[in-house]
Amino acid sequence: MHELSICQALVGQLKALARERRASRICLVRLGIGPLSGVEPQLLEQAWPVASAGTVAEGAGLVLERLPLRVHCPSCGRDSDASTNRLSCRHCGDWRTRLVSGDELLLDSVELIREAV
Amino acid sequence: MCDSCGCNLTQGNRHLLQPGGRLEKTEQGREAVSVLKNLLHENDHEAAHNREHLDRHGVLAVNLMSSPGAGKTRLLEATIDALGGELRIAVIEGDLETENDARRIRDHGIEAVQITTGSACHLDAHMVHQALHRLDLDPVDLLFIENVGNLVCPASFDLGQHRNVVLLSVPEGDDKPAKYPVMFRAADLVLLSKTDLLAVLDDFRPARARQHVRALASSAPVLDVSVKTGGGIDAWLDWLRGQLDARQRSRRTG
Repeated sequence: MHELSICQALVGQLKALARERRASRICLVRLGIGPLSGVEPQLLEQAWPVASAGTVAEGAGLVLERLPLRVHCPSCGRDSDASTNRLSCRHCGDWRTRLVSGDELLLDSVELIREAV
Repeated sequence: MCDSCGCNLTQGNRHLLQPGGRLEKTEQGREAVSVLKNLLHENDHEAAHNREHLDRHGVLAVNLMSSPGAGKTRLLEATIDALGGELRIAVIEGDLETENDARRIRDHGIEAVQITTGSACHLDAHMVHQALHRLDLDPVDLLFIENVGNLVCPASFDLGQHRNVVLLSVPEGDDKPAKYPVMFRAADLVLLSKTDLLAVLDDFRPARARQHVRALASSAPVLDVSVKTGGGIDAWLDWLRGQLDARQRSRRTG
């Protein structure tokens, strides 16, 4: 259950961003999460209210974009969908593929409200 | 992953940022800010700092990960006994509680720092940073970081190590790489440990464990080892020597 640690790291980044941008409130946080990121989106959603309570991001919406798992095969040159424990090429069967997407744990963007000047 | 040059953008997520993509839309009065940083940016930054610190001292750091009870400490004891005369070794031990493992290592005449994480299920780069400050790295060639026994969480946290070694012990079953793909994908070397038990636990097939590792598109070597019989230990020691040689060569050539 490291999702709370990850949420706390996220809140740390959001606090720094709010200071930098002179934001009074963060309203929305968008994350991109791949199936091989090692993070369970549902647990992240549960940890979010706890980690963000009392911070500039309290009450902010959390949008989790689940990113697709795709591999590229250098042998046949084609890309294919993959599952977390089957990353071989779906076209030629070669196991020596390269991950194209699917291990991301990204803070994509936030929506914030600036302090009144 | 790098957070400055845009290489975080992949075919899988680029569409989100393009005009009309989901990240473009905002409600009135709100300002949208694109960040595109890894969530563990702060940890990764500290890990890079740890790695630089280790590199300055010419230390190779190996992160040992496995389930609890797969034999990490026992393997370290055997490794120290075998390599103690040849290489200078230090150990960072991670556990939720107790100094037991550090004490076991110190009994072999090796400096060991114990990190007790309390309830945390993994080591992170900050904990390792603090432990590094308690070690004199000048006389060290090889640093082992024995992570908290857990096949899930430690895989997500870079510590500043140079290599990841994942142990899979025979009693755990040969399909662990399929069940914990994130951990086994992170491995630079997989050790099938306690292979002396293959005689009694005959449903564990080393070939099947290898197939599961390859299905993760991992080319990591998979070695069979038994500390009890000494089987395969030479191959493990040779792998370590090979990693040290490679690092020393790359240091010399800059």
